[in-house]
Amino acid sequence: MILIINICKEKLHYYEFVKPIEDIVKQDYFTKHYKEISQADLERASKIIICGTSLKDEEYLKNLENFNWIKDFQKPILGICGGAQIIGLIFGGKLKTKTEIGLKKVNFQKEFLGTIGEKEVYELHNYYAEFSDNFEIFAKNELPQATKHKSKEVFCTLFHPEVRQKQIINNFANR
Amino acid sequence: MKLGVLFTGGKDSTYAMYIAKKLGYKIACLITIKSQNPESYMFHTPSITAVIKQAQVMGLPLILKTTAGEKEKELKDLEEAIKEAIEKHKIEGVITGAVESVYQASRVQKICNKLNIECFNPLWQKNQFELLNDLIKNNFKVILSGVFAYPLNEKWLGKVIDEKFIEEIKELNRKYQINPAGEGGEFETLVLNCPLFKRELKIVSKKVSGEGNSFRMEVELK
Repeated sequence: MILIINICKEKLHYYEFVKPIEDIVKQDYFTKHYKEISQADLERASKIIICGTSLKDEEYLKNLENFNWIKDFQKPILGICGGAQIIGLIFGGKLKTKTEIGLKKVNFQKEFLGTIGEKEVYELHNYYAEFSDNFEIFAKNELPQATKHKSKEVFCTLFHPEVRQKQIINNFANR
Repeated sequence: MKLGVLFTGGKDSTYAMYIAKKLGYKIACLITIKSQNPESYMFHTPSITAVIKQAQVMGLPLILKTTAGEKEKELKDLEEAIKEAIEKHKIEGVITGAVESVYQASRVQKICNKLNIECFNPLWQKNQFELLNDLIKNNFKVILSGVFAYPLNEKWLGKVIDEKFIEEIKELNRKYQINPAGEGGEFETLVLNCPLFKRELKIVSKKVSGEGNSFRMEVELK
């Protein structure tokens, strides 16, 4: 059972940042807001997807203590945009400012959840994480766009694969 | 939170507003851009007289702007309209009916980010058939007001989105890749009634123009 984590401050953003991911995963998932996750939820989850949120929403960055469980979690995680920033920060990275909005070309130098070569991705962020040395970069433009923890099944995309490159979510869900 | 709706009078912006209202957001105003360029990638060509009537039956103020529809100038005009909504109606965000178009969505996102307000796209990436079924389930009365792709023709104008329509469009989707929600600009819609309206709007008169597989219906509503 995949746990899909909603990090949005505004209820209405569920439809934009969480539901499209539920629609791709389709079955065997349950969704929780990050403030409501229990130990039982983490045990029940076989994998976790942490979704993104809107450009103006910075609440998750002020509540990083809600994500301390990530460090000890031993099952696969995929962090998308805001979710990727959270993972980066929890593993000792730094928060940086850079706005990207819209379609961008990104080169996947190494296969990342079934995706390789130059691809078009959808960006929507004012921040990004500069990852610690625990992470390997699989795709980048001027920013790290797809990264993976060197020894854990922890994947991050700064872009939104629910808009372009949906197979990344499918391949994560079905691996 | 007080929100403004980028409103075209069609099914997507109206249904997006309906979702927001159901969650308890306050709709403070409608914002409509009338592009004089029928080829605009950014804006549908709304029937202005219809939008005015729709605003009346929802009891909402309407900010109406006309743009020549030149590529970057029309974005500036949209920004000015949103600024006016912020000043006049104290909105803290806008709602759009964007489903698939990253072209439209990313441009609105950029404007909202610049003006430091929230941007909501509640139909983003939504399955097209799910969207049509939701409209029926939630008592939206929606008609086709424009068709722009083969094999659609003037006979489709005025058709109501109902179960029969969904079956017909499924067939066209299979045969001709017509997008079932008209997202590729294959058709445009007009909402005559929905739970946000105080009463149903009736068509008093209509004027059809066009040729081949491209027709538009201007209606007078009361």
